[in-house]
Amino acid sequence: MISRRVFLKDGAFALVSLGFAPSFLARTAYAAGSTARAKRLIAIFQRGACDGLNVVVPFGDAAYYRARPSIAIAQPTGLVSAGADGASAIDLDGFFGFNPRLGPLKRFWDEGHLAIVHACGSPDATRSHFDAQDYMETATPGVKSTADGWLNRTLQAQRTADHSPFRGVAVTQQLPRMLQGRAPALAIAQLSQFAVRGGGGDRFEAMYADSSDKVLSGTGREAFEAIRMLRDADPSHYQPQDGAEYPRGPFGQALQQIAQLIKSDVGLEVAFADVGGWDTHVNQGAAQGQLANRLDDFARSIAALVTDLGDRMADTIVLTMSEFGRAVSENGNRGTDHGHGNAMMVIGGAVRGGRVYGKWPGLAPEQRYESRDLAITTDFRDVFGEIVVRHLGVADARAIFPGYDVKPSRFPGLLA
Amino acid sequence: MKSVSALVLAAMVAVSATSIPNDERTIAHALNRIGFGARAGDVERVRSIGLAAYIDRQLHPERIPDAAAAARLAGFTTVTMSASDIARQFERPLIEARRARKEAAAGAGKADGDTAPRMPDPVQQRANSLVLELAGQKILLAAYSERQLQEVLTDFWFNHFNVDARKGRDRFLLTDYERDAIRPHVLGRFRDLLDATAKSPAMLFYLDNWMSVDPNGPHPTAAPPRVARGPFGQRVLVPGMVRQRPPNKNAPRGLNENYARELMELHTLGVDGGYTQKDVTEVARAFTGWTIDNRRDGAPFVFRPQLHDPDRKVVLGHTIAANGGQSDGETVLDILARHPSTSRFIATKLVRRFVSDDPPPALVDRAAERFRKTDGDLREVMRTILTSPEFLSPAAFDVKAKTPFEFVVSAVRTAGTDVQDARPLVRALQELGMPLYQCQPPTGYKDTADAWINTGALVARMNVATRLAGGDRELALKLGSPEFQRR
Repeated sequence: MISRRVFLKDGAFALVSLGFAPSFLARTAYAAGSTARAKRLIAIFQRGACDGLNVVVPFGDAAYYRARPSIAIAQPTGLVSAGADGASAIDLDGFFGFNPRLGPLKRFWDEGHLAIVHACGSPDATRSHFDAQDYMETATPGVKSTADGWLNRTLQAQRTADHSPFRGVAVTQQLPRMLQGRAPALAIAQLSQFAVRGGGGDRFEAMYADSSDKVLSGTGREAFEAIRMLRDADPSHYQPQDGAEYPRGPFGQALQQIAQLIKSDVGLEVAFADVGGWDTHVNQGAAQGQLANRLDDFARSIAALVTDLGDRMADTIVLTMSEFGRAVSENGNRGTDHGHGNAMMVIGGAVRGGRVYGKWPGLAPEQRYESRDLAITTDFRDVFGEIVVRHLGVADARAIFPGYDVKPSRFPGLLA
Repeated sequence: MKSVSALVLAAMVAVSATSIPNDERTIAHALNRIGFGARAGDVERVRSIGLAAYIDRQLHPERIPDAAAAARLAGFTTVTMSASDIARQFERPLIEARRARKEAAAGAGKADGDTAPRMPDPVQQRANSLVLELAGQKILLAAYSERQLQEVLTDFWFNHFNVDARKGRDRFLLTDYERDAIRPHVLGRFRDLLDATAKSPAMLFYLDNWMSVDPNGPHPTAAPPRVARGPFGQRVLVPGMVRQRPPNKNAPRGLNENYARELMELHTLGVDGGYTQKDVTEVARAFTGWTIDNRRDGAPFVFRPQLHDPDRKVVLGHTIAANGGQSDGETVLDILARHPSTSRFIATKLVRRFVSDDPPPALVDRAAERFRKTDGDLREVMRTILTSPEFLSPAAFDVKAKTPFEFVVSAVRTAGTDVQDARPLVRALQELGMPLYQCQPPTGYKDTADAWINTGALVARMNVATRLAGGDRELALKLGSPEFQRR
């Protein structure tokens, strides 16, 4: 944190000098520059350990039904319109099916823009939400001392001429671990609230600029620069395109704001949003109920985002993740306890979709991790790595995944 | 030899007693950490009695008169209400309203999902007012209580044993939880605090232990023997009937590891404390049958032997013999409270809160040792920290970032605001990313600068500062300044 601010104070980043340039200059620099065509990643974190087995359902694995007598998603009914009954899985490839509430995303699968990586996760055995989220956000499983997040390291690796304060944005109250680090990154819960009101702005700005507290001075400088750019981009008059309808909940609204930022051409490269409510220890339900309701909001929000971004999806990848999966067998409360492997979704114009990636390890007791959980056949760093290298164009990803040998031969092959 | 070490010891004691400085800067620092910052005149008041005496007083809050703070809460009817009264007055009407809606919907032939309450729903609003009042109480006590350390520690320990009001019925249980499970023990024994939380309906519900049961149960239980009259009118003891309840389709059917895991990871040992998945399962087995009595208002703790796994358990190398009943859980709490990892974990967290985001290892060692030597006497652990050279060193001044709660409360104290309605402050905390009693993960809120100092947060703080100052420009600038974000 401190080293980053010292760095800033030394003026090594263009941001610092731009901070005191007329804002129209700053804006045109980002709008007309190479960032207009820059690749973007939208990372979505499902906090609380989403039950991937009931999201992307392995209906072709008989052990799935034996392990989940009361919460399994039924096999596809064979209706012409898959999953049309809303009660059974939506067939994807004859073995896997979507939870029926993921219906809004089926179109992207059919169009070949949505891929799934199943049995994916961290090689670390922890079943602690806290640790597993930490490992997924730092991309250093088993190492807690990692100072920064992998999205931030990705920003560090991409030192282009344009340094917008909006390169990395989390639409959250607090900056997530994944975006923490010495590359500037912003947490903005509400774009419209992002201004200093009451007329004291200039004096606050001067006070932070003069402060000897390097952390607060650097953060203050970033804040005022960001306020200026956002004001110029005028996102308050926003209309989603192509009939995209974002759900009213916080997750849908967060994604809408990400779309607003992207369309404002303020130089966004990496965006982050998170969504909770997945820790379904009790009464998680099946095609209806607790998990299904979360998935409904989840799928409609992402479908709205992808629709709204339209052509811009050609340069964008949406990646979903959750810290670990849940146990194969349901527990005594019609819920599921903390498990291991999980499913990730990757959506984008460049994604070779319509496929479930990863070797399926099977759900029979002897095939499970520690006899209880979905085993992992794809290390999540291979998914992140492929996106960082092939989509975001970082040639050397070693610094982004310390301690891990990022090898194209291990990439799932999501991107040509 | 003995006399020499005694001399050294005496010298050390003498040093520690006299080495507490009494200058204004150190006092202001201590008031930022022991409490929520100095009000006008506080530094002078502490100086006149001496910082050493002030620290000692704060360690005995029961001796500090606090009528003014109590008066601030005069209008708060729910904070003193018993758990069963809260259940009767707030939870029951909600359940009844929900049932009525369900029946109405069933009559109209609608599905379950269509019965969402109308907004704004008065019964719902009334239920939510409980948490609002609790949050208002927390802010007012932090701002106005003379027992500052007790308020800081109540915040610390609630956060340590975090429960989220938004999980189901927990909003009805938190008033009692903070008041009766947390607050009385913050300067008492850690084992008592652990016991109070383990048996609190709030925690039993939040971490699901109330429904964790032996998968091989329910076990038949014998009713207690009863006294009857024999054929000659004499008193005889009749053995209780063996009762086997009919199987209930909706009854819990197995183990739930949630509490067992967080108990070790977050409440006692810490994630690196040396436990395994096997230990988690064994601890979960030990706590089967620790549940809540749903037939009584307020859902108090009850142990149900028929749901308890009676077999032997092995926890962290200790064998717990079969048929221990409720004592299995108590034994686990004993093992955990006395485990060296717990002393280190608690000492590290306290030093992080009171001294620095990077806890000085030597002080952590001493605080952990004090914890072990006093069997977890939190007053003595706090004394070790608050009288340490590390705590009193200028190197510790202003290095902590205020959490939003600390920021808001210290703003009230600095400004000398007479808060008549705490609700705008409760809302401000929501805006600042720290809604009180609504931290979702069991980890609680973070206590380090990296979690709270970022661009978005600073903008929000400047705006809240401007609002709190109510038109006083200079005050707004002070509260929104870089210096004021530190403590």
